[in-house]
Amino acid sequence: MKTGIYPGCSLTGSARDYNESVFAIAEAFGLEFIQIPDWNCCGATAAHNLNKELSLALPARILAIAEKNGLDEIIVPCAACYSRLVVTQHELKKDPELKNRICEVIEMDYRGTSVILNVIEWIDKYIVPKLEEKIVKPFNYKVACYYGCLLVRPNKILNYDRVEDPQTLDVVMSKLGATAIDYPYKTECCGAGLSISRTDIVSKLSGKIIEDAEHRGADAIVVACPMCHSNLDMRRPDINKYWDTEFKIPVIFVTQAIGLAIGLSPQKVGLRRHFVEVKIS
Amino acid sequence: MARIGVFICHCGENISATVDCGKVAETIGKLKHVAYSTEYKYMCSDPGQTLIKDAIKEHKLTGVVVSACSPRMHEPTFRKACAEAGLNPFLCEMANLREHCSWVHEKNELTTQKAIDIVRTQVEKVKLNSALQPIKVPVTKTAMVIGGGIAGIQAALDIANTGHKVVMIERSPSIGGHMSQLSETFPTLDCSQCILTPRMVEVAQHPNITLYTYAEVESVEGFIGNFKVKIRKKAKSLDEKICTGCGLCTTKCPQKKIPNEFEQGMGMRPAIYVPFPQAVPNRPVIDKEHCTYYIKGKCKICEVVCPTKAIRFDQPDEILDLEIGAIVVATGFDIKHADFFPEYGYGKYKDIIDGLQFERMASASGPTSGEIRRPSDGQVPKNIVFIACAGSRDPAKGIAYCSKICCMYTAKHAMLYKHKVHEGRAHVFYMDIRSGGKNYDEFVRRAIEEDHVNYIRGRVSTVFERDGKLIVKGVDTLLGAQPVEIVADMVVLATAGVANAGAEDLAQKLHVSYDQHKFFAEAHPKLKPVETNTAGIFLAGACQNPKDIPDAVSQASGSAVKVAALFSQDMLTREPLVAVVNRYAPPMYSTCVGCFLCQSVCPYQAIEREEFKNREGKVVKTVAKINEGLCQGCGTCVALCRSKSIDLLGYSNNQVHAEVMALLNEY
Repeated sequence: MKTGIYPGCSLTGSARDYNESVFAIAEAFGLEFIQIPDWNCCGATAAHNLNKELSLALPARILAIAEKNGLDEIIVPCAACYSRLVVTQHELKKDPELKNRICEVIEMDYRGTSVILNVIEWIDKYIVPKLEEKIVKPFNYKVACYYGCLLVRPNKILNYDRVEDPQTLDVVMSKLGATAIDYPYKTECCGAGLSISRTDIVSKLSGKIIEDAEHRGADAIVVACPMCHSNLDMRRPDINKYWDTEFKIPVIFVTQAIGLAIGLSPQKVGLRRHFVEVKIS
Repeated sequence: MARIGVFICHCGENISATVDCGKVAETIGKLKHVAYSTEYKYMCSDPGQTLIKDAIKEHKLTGVVVSACSPRMHEPTFRKACAEAGLNPFLCEMANLREHCSWVHEKNELTTQKAIDIVRTQVEKVKLNSALQPIKVPVTKTAMVIGGGIAGIQAALDIANTGHKVVMIERSPSIGGHMSQLSETFPTLDCSQCILTPRMVEVAQHPNITLYTYAEVESVEGFIGNFKVKIRKKAKSLDEKICTGCGLCTTKCPQKKIPNEFEQGMGMRPAIYVPFPQAVPNRPVIDKEHCTYYIKGKCKICEVVCPTKAIRFDQPDEILDLEIGAIVVATGFDIKHADFFPEYGYGKYKDIIDGLQFERMASASGPTSGEIRRPSDGQVPKNIVFIACAGSRDPAKGIAYCSKICCMYTAKHAMLYKHKVHEGRAHVFYMDIRSGGKNYDEFVRRAIEEDHVNYIRGRVSTVFERDGKLIVKGVDTLLGAQPVEIVADMVVLATAGVANAGAEDLAQKLHVSYDQHKFFAEAHPKLKPVETNTAGIFLAGACQNPKDIPDAVSQASGSAVKVAALFSQDMLTREPLVAVVNRYAPPMYSTCVGCFLCQSVCPYQAIEREEFKNREGKVVKTVAKINEGLCQGCGTCVALCRSKSIDLLGYSNNQVHAEVMALLNEY
């Protein structure tokens, strides 16, 4: 079994902390992956708003390279990249004619054989079975698990978790020793790509997500998406200004929580890179 | 020598606008064995029928082909006309020139040619028709009503009042159904129990009704007028004849923490219980699943305290064999449980309840004695939100259909709340208000205008708890899709009405069809709404689709009339279009080899075994025999028979072959 990783743009940029934690826990659990060579942009939110063919061709090229390199599985830590790759695989499987056309566009063979995993699926498959023996410092905190929009959607294609009340992240966190609180903002919108063009909207929406988590007494918000993280963490000064308050709750990646629980240093899992100070360790 | 008469109908202009009827009549008239061929504007009219009758007599016709509309429309008309002229009605066939030709093609040569071909097939067929006699079967004049809700009660009383015997089967310990759980009924707000319980008592006391509660249908065999039904009377662990219904046992039972089904889980009951105070029969049953004696082998407190010594722990289930002539299915509905809608928080938060739970709460006999109180802390809610269409009209997550009753009961709930909590605020989220019905829309308007219920047109996205309050997030589409957030104390979900558990199983036992939602299917959505496609089995109430009380009662009376009409005859007549296994003189008896493959494929269980014995009484051959009372003439057995021993009367292999050959051959 050869596992590949598709980092996408954020894991090499604004979400280097996420990237570091994924690699750190992979190393700790003896897991290896090969970065897909010569990978390109997944198309993100822009491509499928403008050109359907382009929005399929970009991920198809990534998947075709993965196949060519004999990768049976691809882990995609970014929820947005994951969504684009899975949707492409679904669309091309459904329509062989479209698949042929896309193959011509990318000038490569594409068969759709690689299995695409999001970070929680990967954790469930490879980390959870060995987790118990590895935990040295149970993550004894109250956490609000925030899934965002793309991790479990579109439900008809992903067929993964309960779309309006997802549970997978809660389950992983409780296995680390955390208490996942009843948190109604699990899948509310963080503002997503408006982060750049309309920071005020992100401040309003992300602020509600943070406010409710703090109000319910959570020690941290746990995420599995770099976009959610940057909106809740990097945009915190804007949020605090918008709401005229001082939200202090840190936002951590699920992989960072795992890293801490198995005894990795905060440095190693990228916690030093956060904008909001993470006092838990 | 066959002498066939052919009658081409214009059907006004329905046929003649695209088919040259004159040419059809002329061409057909030249065919061999066609003694007479003519056309007429309206063959089904009185002069048209007279034309046919006169021609039969004048030309000594041995067969008739009426080329007109679909046989579903007028076959009985023309067969009757033939019979009046002395011709066996089954020697009359119809060629469908309207639905199969003129309506679906344009006017040209080819259309006329097709019409000629259609008529030719029937001419060839009718030459091989034989005179058939209608089948007569006797009728057992006892009806069975399955289900003791309001629909079943109405049907049973109506049938019983025509003087016929009725057996009512109810699977729970008491009759009354969902209606007995309701607080008040729309659009008059009269007390549900007050109007229902007298009828329940009437059922129990009616000399023509035999009531079996705590009983279920085990199997159904036979056919219209002659059903053989086995029912299982579940052991009540008590001798009903001795029990006086004093209720002492129910007060002394040490098990007291069993969720009460009648109270929709909002109250508790003991293991020996009467479902509700007005239950009919008012005798307890022991719930074996929860009874300490049945679980641990000791207790028997009820036996000790019973003043008449009526408790029977070793009572077995009883199987009864009944002879039944007609069946009314009135098994009712259930509500869809809201756990498929996690964003509405049902099951997670105590103060989110469903419509039936609200009914119990608003009912004077309910767990709160009719006061509206939050299940979590018993406080009176100051702000209450009702969510209509919680699952209905939602093909993505719930069910696609409209549950029909929710708009009205939600208006009623909001009104009842306002009548009980004057200073409280009631909000209703809705998609559309569907209040078609006598005085229904006025009722909804009353809720809005007089009781000031706040109707918000829009759906709710999520409900969650925060600081002991329920936050309801929705949208007001009449205010330009403005987001709405209501801080509520209690939320009531109008969950979808769905088929009862076990409906599919019962449908299979009865051999009646059901739809994709497991609701029983009517024979025709408009013209046969109370019949099923199995003769002698009728539908009443919400087992067909969600219905309110007036609709359920009307349909029940409708089904009762169907039963009464059936019972008005001593013998039933039905068309002899059934399959037959051939018979020959001994030693052949039949070409049937007795493989009985036909038996396994027959959808109507119509195939029996017949044994032939020699003079010594020894069985020399076993062959298939078709019960003509059960056979529906579907022809499955004919197609499957390996030795070609089965034929369908009226549609024999030879007749169908002749039709096909007519199309293939030149003429």
